[in-house]
Amino acid sequence: MANFLVWCVWVGAAFCCLASALAVVSFSNPFFSALALIGNLASLAVLYLLLGGEFVAAAQVLVYGGAVMVMFLFVIAYLGDKTDQAPWASGPSWQAAATVLAAAAILTEIIVAVALSTGGGLAHSRPISGSFGSPASIGRLFLTDHLIAFEVTSIVLLVAAVGGVVLGSHARSLEGDARS
Amino acid sequence: MHGPDVTWYVVLAAVLFVIGALGVLVRRSPLIILLSVEIMLNGSNLALIAFARHVGREDGQIFAIAVMAIAASEVVVGLGLIVAMGRRNVELDVDKLRTLRG
Repeated sequence: MANFLVWCVWVGAAFCCLASALAVVSFSNPFFSALALIGNLASLAVLYLLLGGEFVAAAQVLVYGGAVMVMFLFVIAYLGDKTDQAPWASGPSWQAAATVLAAAAILTEIIVAVALSTGGGLAHSRPISGSFGSPASIGRLFLTDHLIAFEVTSIVLLVAAVGGVVLGSHARSLEGDARS
Repeated sequence: MHGPDVTWYVVLAAVLFVIGALGVLVRRSPLIILLSVEIMLNGSNLALIAFARHVGREDGQIFAIAVMAIAASEVVVGLGLIVAMGRRNVELDVDKLRTLRG
């Protein structure tokens, strides 16, 4: 019974995930694309919960679905209504056909590579304890085994924040030049 | 493990990655290209977390959180560039940005 319920949740989340990803790629208005991406992130958080990643699911909703998407929506609202042409608007072109072909090639390559390197060994996962993926164990790992990754991540975030400020203030000075 | 085994998650991750790659290649608005890059990063995150579950260790989840932080910083810089383009009244179309072409 539990098995059936988990399958149902998985199928629902996977369907929402793929449908909203396709919506992001195919909407002509970037605002709707950003809203579809929020649905994609939420259904991915459900999949993370099924995989035992409680903390990652919470971080996904807070950081991605919250902070990053608010930033996206602010910028889209700031830039105004600049709709892009839908990818199929100008009719089928050789570029689009080549792109779809390349994407299909990447997909088969990934699947064949994973199938060859794992050889059906993915069917039996290790048993996990109840605290798998809990904030406490993730925090302990971050501050013991992966301390360097933790510190480097904070430096990268600092550099990105400084870069964002520099780009913004540079744009403001350009705007001042244009006015004067 | 209840429900589908890790193979299904990995296949879903591959399909997500490919949808994102399709968006990056087909679309011309830099905003939608950034959103598609987010889909690709999320596909790789799903694969990382699925393999972490398979191995029974949390290191993959640590890696996924690091990827999230990198994605956030990438969005900051990318959106900063797009806002700078918007303020200079450059048309938001990556096919028309060819100033750097030799």
